[in-house]
Amino acid sequence: MRLVGPIMSGRSSSERAGPTSVLERILRSYRPAGFLPVLLTVLLVAFALFIPNFVAVQNLLNVLRSSSYLVIIAAGQMLVLIVGGFDLSQGAVVALTSVTSALVMVAFKETFANEPGLIILVGVLAGLGCGAIVGLVNGLCVAFLRISPFMVTLGTMSIATGCALLLTSGIPVYGMPKSYVEGFGRGLWLDLPTAFYLAAAVVAVIWVMQNYTRMGRYILAIGGNMQAAIVSGVPAKTYLILSYVICSMLASVSGLAFTAQLGSGQAVINAQLTLESIAAAVIAGVSIKGGVGRVEMVALGAILLLTLTNAMDLLRIDPRIQAIFLGIIVVLAVALDELSQRRAALV
Amino acid sequence: MTAVETDDMSRVAEAARDGSDLLLELTNISKRFPGVVALEGVDFEVRQGEVHVLFGENGAGKSTLINIIAGTYPADTGTFKYRGKEIVHLTPQAARVIGISPVFQEFSLVPELTVEENLFLGRELTAGGFLNRRAMRARARAVVRGLNFDLPPDYKVAQLSRAHQQMVEIAKAFLTEVRLLILDEPTASLTDAEAAKLFELIAKLKAGGVGIIYVSHRMREIKRIADRITVLRDGHKIKTVEAGDVSETELVELMTGRKIGVLFPKIKHNPGDKLLEIESVTLSDQSVNDVSFYARAGEITGIAGLVGCGKSEVIRAVVGLEPIESGTIRVRGKVISAPTPAAMTKRGVCYFPSDRVAEGLALARPVRENVSMAALDLPGFSRHRLLQRRSERRIVQGIVEKLSLRPPLIERAVASFSGGNRQKVLLARGLTRDISVYLFDEPTVGVDVAAKAEIYELMQTLLATGVAIVLVSSDLPEVLNLSHRLYVMHRSHMVAELTGANINEPAVLAHFFRERQTDGIVAGEMHATN
Repeated sequence: MRLVGPIMSGRSSSERAGPTSVLERILRSYRPAGFLPVLLTVLLVAFALFIPNFVAVQNLLNVLRSSSYLVIIAAGQMLVLIVGGFDLSQGAVVALTSVTSALVMVAFKETFANEPGLIILVGVLAGLGCGAIVGLVNGLCVAFLRISPFMVTLGTMSIATGCALLLTSGIPVYGMPKSYVEGFGRGLWLDLPTAFYLAAAVVAVIWVMQNYTRMGRYILAIGGNMQAAIVSGVPAKTYLILSYVICSMLASVSGLAFTAQLGSGQAVINAQLTLESIAAAVIAGVSIKGGVGRVEMVALGAILLLTLTNAMDLLRIDPRIQAIFLGIIVVLAVALDELSQRRAALV
Repeated sequence: MTAVETDDMSRVAEAARDGSDLLLELTNISKRFPGVVALEGVDFEVRQGEVHVLFGENGAGKSTLINIIAGTYPADTGTFKYRGKEIVHLTPQAARVIGISPVFQEFSLVPELTVEENLFLGRELTAGGFLNRRAMRARARAVVRGLNFDLPPDYKVAQLSRAHQQMVEIAKAFLTEVRLLILDEPTASLTDAEAAKLFELIAKLKAGGVGIIYVSHRMREIKRIADRITVLRDGHKIKTVEAGDVSETELVELMTGRKIGVLFPKIKHNPGDKLLEIESVTLSDQSVNDVSFYARAGEITGIAGLVGCGKSEVIRAVVGLEPIESGTIRVRGKVISAPTPAAMTKRGVCYFPSDRVAEGLALARPVRENVSMAALDLPGFSRHRLLQRRSERRIVQGIVEKLSLRPPLIERAVASFSGGNRQKVLLARGLTRDISVYLFDEPTVGVDVAAKAEIYELMQTLLATGVAIVLVSSDLPEVLNLSHRLYVMHRSHMVAELTGANINEPAVLAHFFRERQTDGIVAGEMHATN
């Protein structure tokens, strides 16, 4: 028989923690929630002071617009990371959404010649449909076949990229309604890019979902302790699948806005996009082991990342060097996450 | 009319009189997991207002049975009747809805959520699609107050001690109306006062007609609250008895299937040289603080202590699996400054981890590869850096036959063997090379009685060849009966060294609970007599 006495939890963390190096202590006390806003502010001030043109209105609008796309994608990535998964197919979904929505709009150009609104609607629905399908496939494979999210999304990434290229042979698709491109994609509302409002709305909705609905709590619970969630009666598979679907559909939303801004459907998009979205989430303290993540922090993470990119662009740093830099940031952020988890595990 | 029939008649009459008909009725329940038969043709019933204790060793099937009742997974065969109705496709959610509330030992809590969020997980109160936090907080406070627990609802579960986590787990069961309460070793991490509160609560629930399934090893608890006891062994139901009709010794014999004393061989004590000496060892995480001990040839050196006292950590540190801050380790008088598992194996020190799946075995690989893993550098296994497969097969086959591995098929994947046989595969690894110090870390966890006896016999055989054995175990009868010299650890410190007649239960327990009264609920006390 087992001997389990009442004393087993007797040792408090302070008694147990041994002497540690200063560096270790700094690393262990790393808290993205307090750290990130401060870092972002410091960087913004520093860039404003030392980089010419950084505070130019046009430049700031650019940063805001490009971060908006990333905020939307990273918010989706966050949901999947929280449930303990990964989504490598996001970038491919953006590309597939881009060409599909553009092709559908072009195809219906004659049918609804006088109804640009209707053309846009079918295009947008087709784009969102792409995201929904890819997300559903990802979610079903992870929840029911129990394939590792890494492999599933690596596979769907390849499939979605292949489809996008097949549909267009790599040639950009032109001919979307003017109102979609000029009015929505490149438009400004109250002097701010439309994508900004879209991103703000996405963050607001997910924030409410995380804090005030069952779904938010279930997603955290699934990532925190899947078995506990199941035993407690949480329909874990449903919410697991839902997370993947929302993640992919947010990639689609971003893809639609991006396409509208470009004015053409593109099968070849920024290859770094998926990595950037994971980076934004991880910088913001989303644990790659699941169970932890706040959307408002992820939004800040995305803005921070693109502010850095913009500053490097202005300083004319070689994009290839920027890629190296992005990789280092991702690895560092994950290492910090790992270290803070180890601290927690000692308690 | 025979006696049995009379007995049945009177029981029926009694049931009719106080209206306590059957709450739960399981018939012929079987459950298989890959490679293991967890339950085989088990019948089990719970009446209203009854505490029905499930009693058995680790791996007897208790957890499987309560998981089936809680809807965690379905049974392969058998019928499940609840309040007279047959239930199929039970899910954890549905189980809670119909009043089956489980309190698991493996906590079903999410560490990153707060107490309150965990209590309501899966059945949050909502208003208009949004969480009704105020109502949940009020209800959570009411439940916690009703249970007399000292629990802050807004703390994250990760911040709580294990005892408090246990309270959350219990409180979770009381959030909705309970008809059948399942308690899986609920007092394992509660203090005596907290446990006393729980027993009061159980009495109250009983009076209200709630049926309670209570899993426990602790004799005093069972005596105190049980109405009936069902004994499980190796997935079979051995017997259901009225609590008043059975003595402690009878229960233990039903559980183990043999007379106490037969299980533990009398191992000859023939102390020789000190092969392993540990001096003032302190680990970096302070889980072991200033601990010294030695192990002699021809002697079983036991280390006892509660879970988390540092007894496993200290022998793990010997082979370099835990970082050492200070202290010395000597093997045959030679100081080992930076131990690693590879270096220690070469010096003849072999460690058998308690967690066989996580640290001991590559489950998907055949027995042969698992056994020879630590010896591939030896002639007989490789020559000129090339594997000698035929000779490897011969040597491994010989060893597993000596250990009576069943079946003795060395090309089978380890995953297809039962717990006891997996342990034998692990032990076989220690027999592939010349080892003089064996460190056993909880060698019989999850191992059935027959395999246990075989493991003890192996220790006996090994010891006769003049090796030293260190046995770390939370199984009190095991360390009491096998050790020639027994150390006791308490909160990271070595607090006692017992020899000869001083190796007895009261002495050990007194050291376990140094700063506490020992009058409370203490595991293992049933063996006080042997």
